[in-house]
Amino acid sequence: MGLTPLIQGEQCKHNDIKTPIMKATLLHQYHTIAPEEVTLWFKAAPVSKFPKNGGACIKYKDQQIAVFNFAKENIWYACQNLCPHKMEMVLSRGMIGDENLEPKVACPLHKNTFSLKTGAHLNGNLNAIATYPVRIIEGFVHIGFTE
Amino acid sequence: MKTVIVVGNGMVGYKFCEKFMAHENSSNFKLIVFGEEPRAAYDRVHLSEFFSNRDAQALQLAPLEWYSAHNIDLIINERVTDIHRDHKTISTASDKEYSYDYLVLATGSAPFVPPINGVEKKGVFVYRTIEDLEGMLAYAEKIKSRKDNGKAAILGGGLLGLEAGKAVMDMGLEPHVVEYAPKLMPRQLDSRSSNVLQLTLESIGIQIHTGKATNKILGNGAITGMDFGEDDTLEVDMLVVSAGIRPRDELAKTCDLKTGVRGGIVVNDRMQTSDPCIFAIGEVALYNQMIYGLVAPGYEMAEVAVNQILDNREAAMKKEIDMSTKLKLIGVDVASFGVPYMPADKGLSIIYENKTKGIYKRINVSHDGKTLLGGIMVGDAADYSILHQMYLNNIPLPDNAEELIVGARGEGGSAFGSAMDLPDTAVICSCEAVTKGQICCSVLDDGNESVKAVAKATKAGTGCGGCKPMLNDLVAESLKTIGKTVKNSICEHFNFSRQELYDIVKARGIKDYNELLDSAGSGGYGCEVCKPVAASIFASIYNETANRQETIQDSNDRYLANIQRNGTYSVVPRVAGGEITPKQLMALGRIAQKFDLYTKITGGQRIDMFGAKLHELPLIWEELLAEGFETGQAYGKSLRTVKSCVGSTWCRYGMDESVSLAIEIEHRYKGIRSPHKFKGGVSGCIRECAEARCKDFGLIAVEGGWNVYVGGNGGANPKHAELLAEKVDKKTAITYIDRFVMFYIKTAQPLQRTAAWLDKLEGGITYLKNVVINDSLGIADELDAEMQAYIDTYQCEWKEAVENPEIRSRYTHFVNSDAEDDNIEFVSLREQKMPKEWA
Repeated sequence: MGLTPLIQGEQCKHNDIKTPIMKATLLHQYHTIAPEEVTLWFKAAPVSKFPKNGGACIKYKDQQIAVFNFAKENIWYACQNLCPHKMEMVLSRGMIGDENLEPKVACPLHKNTFSLKTGAHLNGNLNAIATYPVRIIEGFVHIGFTE
Repeated sequence: MKTVIVVGNGMVGYKFCEKFMAHENSSNFKLIVFGEEPRAAYDRVHLSEFFSNRDAQALQLAPLEWYSAHNIDLIINERVTDIHRDHKTISTASDKEYSYDYLVLATGSAPFVPPINGVEKKGVFVYRTIEDLEGMLAYAEKIKSRKDNGKAAILGGGLLGLEAGKAVMDMGLEPHVVEYAPKLMPRQLDSRSSNVLQLTLESIGIQIHTGKATNKILGNGAITGMDFGEDDTLEVDMLVVSAGIRPRDELAKTCDLKTGVRGGIVVNDRMQTSDPCIFAIGEVALYNQMIYGLVAPGYEMAEVAVNQILDNREAAMKKEIDMSTKLKLIGVDVASFGVPYMPADKGLSIIYENKTKGIYKRINVSHDGKTLLGGIMVGDAADYSILHQMYLNNIPLPDNAEELIVGARGEGGSAFGSAMDLPDTAVICSCEAVTKGQICCSVLDDGNESVKAVAKATKAGTGCGGCKPMLNDLVAESLKTIGKTVKNSICEHFNFSRQELYDIVKARGIKDYNELLDSAGSGGYGCEVCKPVAASIFASIYNETANRQETIQDSNDRYLANIQRNGTYSVVPRVAGGEITPKQLMALGRIAQKFDLYTKITGGQRIDMFGAKLHELPLIWEELLAEGFETGQAYGKSLRTVKSCVGSTWCRYGMDESVSLAIEIEHRYKGIRSPHKFKGGVSGCIRECAEARCKDFGLIAVEGGWNVYVGGNGGANPKHAELLAEKVDKKTAITYIDRFVMFYIKTAQPLQRTAAWLDKLEGGITYLKNVVINDSLGIADELDAEMQAYIDTYQCEWKEAVENPEIRSRYTHFVNSDAEDDNIEFVSLREQKMPKEWA
């Protein structure tokens, strides 16, 4: 099937700037990494860049990783920034907390909550999100990847 | 290890798997499930939601991991073609063979397409699967690219047909429902209720044609119209056939299982077919010479089959199957139960009809007036649950049976007893078949002391959710019998109501969230429920902005902007009273153009600018502040706008200056955080162009002063505000509203609008008048002082954010890169932009 050529000009400036990324492709970038699998600790940013008891997003290659700091006990978690519900890069902007002491993040769009330990969707049946190990070395946040 | 093969992965097929796995004896069995659709079981009942969100995954009943976690082999995209009963095997379209010990046929049904001349033409669809919907969507797009006023007809005015009507309307086509019978939903409704429903549907744009027999589909290749004979035609560009279902019983015919004359596999009350090792459940099963096209009986059949296979030979289907239904059809309540209509020799009916409000209620009672036989409700089905229970449990009718549908005379009375009067056997949740007895036992014997805990333990209320009001009552009443009350606790982290927490924060002088968690919490880290509640309380007590404790703020408050569908934000500066100068208008236009924002006028008389990326927000606000704008708090649970008509300054009917007063009040309350958003309106005369009575507070100018109204809102449950004071001067009116707002802020539940708050306030508007006008609680001075403190300490939180480098640094997508989020894409829409849909 042939595609109609785009009319150049003002009207289509938002169209087809680049190849659309398919949902599936986006999701397939993210896989849970267990601490023992880590082959590369990515030095992301100094601790001071991250809010206490909240999240921020870091860029690693083409991936977006949400990083959360539970400041009371200085525990850190990381997961994909992509919410699997509507496929938007927003989880780092969500509120964190716990459900029966299971640490979780709530998506800012529709309040789907995900375990930060297992990635499981806690209040529904969405697919689990990918989680990543975090280490603090000399005041810098490091995220564990396999490459 | 024995093998059970399930053919069909629809709703009933899935329910069979779920119940099978939940059963204690299931460990010695292996389940193999076949589905011919390309995806795992999804919620067909809510299929029309696919049109609004295009999200097939949201409809999914369980993720693929669920099947693998339970060691179920799910084989989708594969059709079972033959059953070989003598070897107990089945074979599939790709020629594979599988052995079974038990076979469960849950093949469901297919849409029935009547043999009308031309029905094979392009543009004729059925409405059953996600693939059907995708086909319809693609075709609708083609129509719309050719012409602006495309029309689509739906053949069949039953339940599903009307749903399809809404679906094609959502696709941007003009819907026409064509029904052969002289009325809509012929099985569930009588003709009068059908007329009421028809009026309502036509008022929202769905055209109804009843009593039409379609002779022929017109068109050359593709459909262009329908012919009803005698020169009666209807031009349409698309047709959706929804004329009933036919059971998918073809497999039974390959192996000589007994089937009915008009289709369906014959089953006994154990769901066994004529071969005792083969079961049939759901819409393919012919039980009592009937096919049941509803989910609830299908689920019951699944339960019976599970029990039969797992060694409980006692389990059996009831003789009588309840076909009562209640649904929200395109926003209109429609319900019918028992025998919806009948000739007079079988019973007598009591009918209430109000066409001005689109309400019809009918109950049928026995000749002796003692027994409820059935009924119909259109437009208002609030009493369905209790009437349905009275019918199911044969509860004797009260003397004045009419009060069941028109309400008891006199204030506050009710013809109904409490839900506790029902017998223990009454099924409260029909989706999960949970009885009143089970719910009460769960509270009293198993110690589940909240609705959430009971729902988790019994599964009640987890299906369609229609029984939730009764479930709430039963849990609350059961707790009362053991001397406990249902605690309005906020969440697992705080065992207090909002009002209690408010008092704790104030009394102990607590200043931040972690301190509150340590001082009054029950352990843990908090959550997305209690954090915004605490944020609202801190804001109410200390009038602090959302900037100080940003990580406990709700999504919008966190970045002082409204997060939209694609994770970008919209920006709304304050335009008090809706009054704006040409210079300000041009400034907004210039800034919106510079940042390429989609602009739209809001319902609150201001201008919303969409599509700002996180890092652009401070840049946009820097320019807005320089032009003299301030934040409009459209993101906050706080005052939104005070809407006004133009009033006596211009209007020849105006009694007073509504714009001036609206501006004064909007500036008075701006920035105040409250349990939920609140809105105001000021009208210059009783023509009420500002729609002030739809607001949380409203002022209407009348001869001799202002009338003050409170507790109205639009939204999902529209409610007119109630009269608080009549013909008062401006100063008095403002004092009353000050006290009303303050009293609401201190006592409401989280996310409770003033309308719901007033509704729940014991004594209602009379009590409120006493507090606000007569100072019956002796707190008027306190309320006045607290309000004055708010007004004196107002600051624009965007000014604070732009000027403070630490706050400003939060507005970045990545903390380790200046790159933008490349996931955000826009497409053009009427010369502006909108978020790109995901492929």
